[in-house]
Amino acid sequence: MSLKKGPPKGGFLWRAACRVAPVVLGYVPVGFAYGVLAKNAGLSTQNILSMSVLVFAGSAQFIAVGLLAAGASMAGIVLTTFVVNLRHLLFAAALSPSLGTWRRRDLSLLAFELTDETFALHAGALRQGPLSRAETLAVGVMAQAAWVLGSMLGAVAGAEIGDVRPIALDFALPAMFIALLAGQVKTRTHLAVALFSGILSTALALSGVDRFGVLAATLAGAALGTLWQSSIRPTSS
Amino acid sequence: MAILDQTDVFLTILGMALATYLPRAAPLVFLSGRTLPPLVVRFLGFVPAAVLAALLFPSVFASQGRLDLSPGNVFLLGSIPATLVAWRTGSFFGAVAAGMGTVAALRYFGG
Repeated sequence: MSLKKGPPKGGFLWRAACRVAPVVLGYVPVGFAYGVLAKNAGLSTQNILSMSVLVFAGSAQFIAVGLLAAGASMAGIVLTTFVVNLRHLLFAAALSPSLGTWRRRDLSLLAFELTDETFALHAGALRQGPLSRAETLAVGVMAQAAWVLGSMLGAVAGAEIGDVRPIALDFALPAMFIALLAGQVKTRTHLAVALFSGILSTALALSGVDRFGVLAATLAGAALGTLWQSSIRPTSS
Repeated sequence: MAILDQTDVFLTILGMALATYLPRAAPLVFLSGRTLPPLVVRFLGFVPAAVLAALLFPSVFASQGRLDLSPGNVFLLGSIPATLVAWRTGSFFGAVAAGMGTVAALRYFGG
C-alpha cells in the first residue's frame, strides 16, 4: 500500500478497502492497546465497546480511560473530550467546501467517522479529485470497524495482558502519525509548518498546557504557513 | 484498581459522544458547498500536516512528560526507521512495522 500511487481501480468497496488498509493496520493494534488499558482500568467490556462505537476518537478514549481510573468527574471528562476533539472542527471545515452536493444524511455519517486518520485519507483523496460519496463513507465505516475490532480483542485479552509495552503497542499510534504525516508533507512550506507545530505542541505539553496544546499548535502552524505562502505568492489561486 | 460504576461510565460515554460529534458535524452542516475565502482555504490546507505533527512530536520527544533527546528514548529511535521507510518507500504499513519492530527490539534487547 503506497502513499504515492494514484487512485486504486475497481468497485467502490474495493477502492475504499485499498485506501483504508493502512489505517486498518494501525487501528487494530491501537484499538487493542485501548481495550487492554480500559480493561485494566476497570471498565466493563460492554462500556469499552460502547466508547469505541459511540465516540470513536483514539486519543480522547485513551485520555478518558486514564481520567476514569483516576476518579475524575463526569463533567470534567466530557469537557476534556470536547477540548481534545475541537480540532475536528478544522477537519470538517477543510472538507466541507467540496461536499456541496452531499445530502444531510451522508454528511452526518461522514462527520461521525471523522478522525485524525480518516481525515488524512480524505484530504489525500481530495488532492486526486472530487470525493466519491460511497467510497468516502465506506472508508469511514471500515476504519471504525477495525477500531471496534481492535478494542474488542483488547478487552478480551486485557485480563491476561497487563502491559502493552513489550510488543510496542504503545508506539502504534505515533508510528501511524509518522506514516500519515509523510503523506501530507508535499512542499517545503508544509515541512516547515509541521516542524513548527510539532515543536510548539511539545513545548506547550512540557509547560503543562496539555488540553489545548494540540489545537493551539495546529492553529499557529497553519496560520504561519498561510502567512508564509501569501508573502511569496500573494492571492493566486 | 478503583471499582467503577458502569452506569456512570456509560453516561460519561454518552456525554463524550456528544462532545465529539458536535465539532465534527457543525462545519459540515453549515459550510458544505459554500465557497470559503482563498485565505481560509489556504489555511485549512495546512491543517493536516500541522495537526499530525502536533499530535506526534510530544509523544516522541517527551513521552514521559519531560524532554528526552537521549539514546535511551526508544520512541525517538523507533521514529527514525519509521520516518525513513515512510519517506523513501511511501509504504504506510512498512513505516508502522519498522517503527513498532524497532521499539519492541530495543526493549527486548535493552532489558
